This record gives sequence, C-alpha cells and structure tokens, in this order.
Amino acid sequence: MSVLVFTETWNGKFKKSSYEAVAYASELAQLLNTSTTALVIGCDNCEDNLAKYGANKIISTNAKYNNHAFASIIEKITKEEDPSCIVLSQTVNGKSILPLLAIKTNASVISNVVELPSSTSPFIVKKKVFSNKAFENLQFNGDLKLIAIIPNSVGVRENPQSAKIQKIDISIDDKDYKTQSLNIDKAAGKVSLADAEIVVSAGRGLKGPENWKMIEDLADILGAATACSKPVSDVGWRPHSEHVGQTGIAISSDLYIAIGISGAIQHLAGVSSSKVMVAINIDAEAPFFKAADYGIIGDAFDVIPKLNQALKKFKN
Amino acid sequence: MKILVCLSHVPDTTSKINFTPDSKEFDSTGVQFVINPNDEFGLTKAIFLKEKFSGNVTVLNVGDSSTEPTLRKALAIGADDAIRINHIPKDSYSVAYQIAEVVKQNNYNVIICGRESIDYNSGLVPGMLAELLNLPFINGCIGFEPEGNNATLIREIDGGKETLNSSMPLVIGGQKGLVDENDLKIPNMRGIMTARSKPLNVLEAIDVNSKTTSISFNKPKTKAACKFVDADKVQELIVLLHNEAKVI
Repeated sequence: MSVLVFTETWNGKFKKSSYEAVAYASELAQLLNTSTTALVIGCDNCEDNLAKYGANKIISTNAKYNNHAFASIIEKITKEEDPSCIVLSQTVNGKSILPLLAIKTNASVISNVVELPSSTSPFIVKKKVFSNKAFENLQFNGDLKLIAIIPNSVGVRENPQSAKIQKIDISIDDKDYKTQSLNIDKAAGKVSLADAEIVVSAGRGLKGPENWKMIEDLADILGAATACSKPVSDVGWRPHSEHVGQTGIAISSDLYIAIGISGAIQHLAGVSSSKVMVAINIDAEAPFFKAADYGIIGDAFDVIPKLNQALKKFKN
Repeated sequence: MKILVCLSHVPDTTSKINFTPDSKEFDSTGVQFVINPNDEFGLTKAIFLKEKFSGNVTVLNVGDSSTEPTLRKALAIGADDAIRINHIPKDSYSVAYQIAEVVKQNNYNVIICGRESIDYNSGLVPGMLAELLNLPFINGCIGFEPEGNNATLIREIDGGKETLNSSMPLVIGGQKGLVDENDLKIPNMRGIMTARSKPLNVLEAIDVNSKTTSISFNKPKTKAACKFVDADKVQELIVLLHNEAKVI
C-alpha cells in the first residue's frame, strides 16, 4: 500500500511542480509508514532526479501527450501497484487528468490541497475554498485516496533516497485517446506563470501597452513571470494568458509584485495565496495596500525605473 | 444542436465569506448568489451556438429550491428550458453522478460546464461527468467550433494554447475566453418576462454515496499591516524582501 505520485514532464524534463509532488508524496508515505513510487511519462533519462525528492521506486514509460491516455496509464499502474494514496500536482494538465482518474480508479478525491493531512485516521486534509477566502477540512470516505496539491503551496524539499528505476512499455488502446492535439502554441523562453516563484504584475495604472517594457525588465532582473489584471487583458494590452485573478489564472507565488493594480476583490482572490505581496500604487487608498505585506505609494513611472536600477546593483 | 449547460449557484464574487458558529457550514445570510462566472461564459457560448446552428439550450443545476432564481436568470438570458435536480450537493462525485444520469436519458451534442466553481473550487465535476459518460473532455476551454460530428477546440495551457480535435458529443470545462467578456448577456425585461413561462423541471435525485465528508471550515489568519517604504528609498524595499521576507 505505497503512495503513488504522478510526475509531469514537458519536453522530456520535469516541471518543478513534479518535484514538489514527489516531496509531498514521500512525506505522506512517512506518515503512513510506507514507500513512495513515482510514475513518469515521457522523461528523457531524467528519472534519477526524482530520487532526490524521496521516490523509492520510479516507473518510467512513454506515451504521446494526451490527458485521457495519461489517466489510463495512471489507472493501469494503480491496478498493479495497489497504492493507498495517489498524489499529483494540480497543474493545467493535472486538473484535466484528476477527475478522469478519480472515476477510472473509483477513488475518493480532494483537490486544491495545501498541506499534509492533519490526521491519517480518520484521513483529513485541508483544501482552499471560496477562491482563497477560506479553508475546508475534508475527510476521505474511500480506501483509495487521490490528493491534488496546488503548485508552489507546500514547497520543494529534498529527501534523497536510492531508487529503483523500472522502465516499462504500456500499450494504450486508440479508444483511450479521446481527443487529438493539432497544435501547441507556447511562448518560448518565458517563465510560465504556473511555475513562477516570483510574479510581476501590472494594471491599468500603466496607462498603455507601450509602457510594459519596464515591467518586463523588472521581471527579467528577478527571473519572474509577467502577469496583468483583468481590465488590462480585457482591453487587449496584454494576452488573456497573463490575466491573474478569479476568472483568470490563480497563482501562489513566493513573491507577487502588483504595480498600478488597485486590488479589486476578484483580483485578490486569484493572487492572495502568494506568500509575500508588494503593492506599488500612486493611490494611497488603493485596497491592495490592505492585502499587501509591503507597499510603496508612488508613481510607477518614477518608482519602477529606480527599482530596476537598484535591483540590478543588488543582483551584481 | 442540443446543448446542456451545467450551472453552479455561487456567492457573488464580492461577498464576504462567513461560516456558521460551529464552523461546519457556509453562512449564506445576506449573501447574493449569481451564476458561477466560468459557467456564464459557457451559457453565452451555448446561446451563440443555438443562434448559428438552431437547436435547444437546457440549463441544469443540482441544488435545492433556493437555486431556482439562478436558473430563471439563465432562462431570461436565453436558455430554452431548465432542469433542477433536487439534491443538496455533498461532493463533486455526487453532483457529477446526478448530472450523468440526466445526460444518459437525453441526446445532447455537447455538455458545457465551467472549469471550476468559485465557491468550492474543486474543478472536478466536468471531468468526472465526461468519464462517467465515457465522453471526450476538454478543460480550460477557450474555443469551440463544431462541424458535423466533430469539433475544433482551443484550451489554455501553461503559457500558451493547445488546439485539439474531438468527436461529439463531448464535455467542456469552459472559462473566460470561450466568449468575450463583452458578449456576456444581461437579461432584458422581455427576457425576464418570457423566462417566467419557460419550463423548469424538477427531478428527484438518485441516491448516491458521497466520497468525501466536510468536517469544518476556517478562515485564513489576518495579515499584519502593510509596511510602507518611501518612494524615494526603493533600496529599502530590496533590503526588506531580501533580509526579512527572504524571497529575493
């Protein structure tokens, strides 16, 4: 009755969220006095990396990227390994795979999880609800428990183990690929919002899309991803894929810097699980200052260039 | 085209969230309820599809009678008929199971849900529904163009978009982008009047065990007050972020 953890890859490499999922799974396995088995699909000889975060056994296979097929593969491995818990990270693909897998394996599932279980008998975990405004403690009723953790919520911790690597072939029926991917359009070389530890975000206070250069510079200096508020994506200054907030992407970065964003409740709902928040706004009454840890009341066009210069000096 | 739109009845985004004194239940006193924002994009898309291909838009909610104003609002926006499954949701599985039973008795070409509700944020019902019905599932969907028995879809992925092809029927987890924000419809007087005479069918729920049990709720600790740094001394912010917050 091990803990099975699914680890996602992109272009043959692990995502950071996969290491976090393995670290969580191995800590859960310690609580349950059992071992951790990691499953990876499409890893280019990088299996060893998982041992560093606590995997005792690594099952590695290959398949064409498809969420329905991946759910079928995890189902097959679940039948063979007979785990008591399955862990995965709630990335974009994780969110698609999770409900399919729950039905396929007849598991009880809790998503949006932010901590290790507070108790394993009964088995109770804490999840975020009401768009970051509250937590709910939930008990699993079934024997097989499926836990999906929010990326960057529990953190990546090392726990080196010597792991067995088992490479296997799994054949998937054509009928298991229910959809066909025609094209993937991803901006190359940018830090993705989902993986970002630091997010630099700007709003209408920037006055126009031509003024984003200083925001991008700030993001570059910090190795951060760029994001924006809803009004900015609605008028098309920035792509919708950068919109963070209730109807956009929910993030939980280590550091969120909000520039010229007033801090509407819908915006805060998507960003307030960030560990540290900085607000820079010309309006001293901006609601964001009530949610922020650090604030600067000032004009972004004056503050950001100075901040960029000072940060460059600091980084050197 | 027969379209089913599943709607969640959720507290308005600006609501203060409170719980009963025993912390076991959400306290809805004084809370305004609305159509879940992610579902509203799906509802508008469904109405656009009906205008283009003709057909029928059914809206569905799993809930007690208090959710009927939300269904009436969807009828006023342009849905043709509504179904309420009389069941107080216990968990995502029990909700998906109820909806799947309705879908099995009707030949919908597409089932549109929102990718997640803004109250419990589980994001599980659409995918569970697809798998219970053995149908294709496209989550985070921001584009849907049917053509005969197939459809071209676009979904949002980390830092980009994926275009996919799928057979129909299928289940969509929709969100902002499925239609433009500006296209969202506000019911007009005529819509509100006609909605009163549109069918709202109440179905009795099927007995199904939930797979999780809610124990309690709690609210996050209140944050300490914001520390302000003078706009002329930005290096102080760097020092605080480095030494105190330890995030850079």
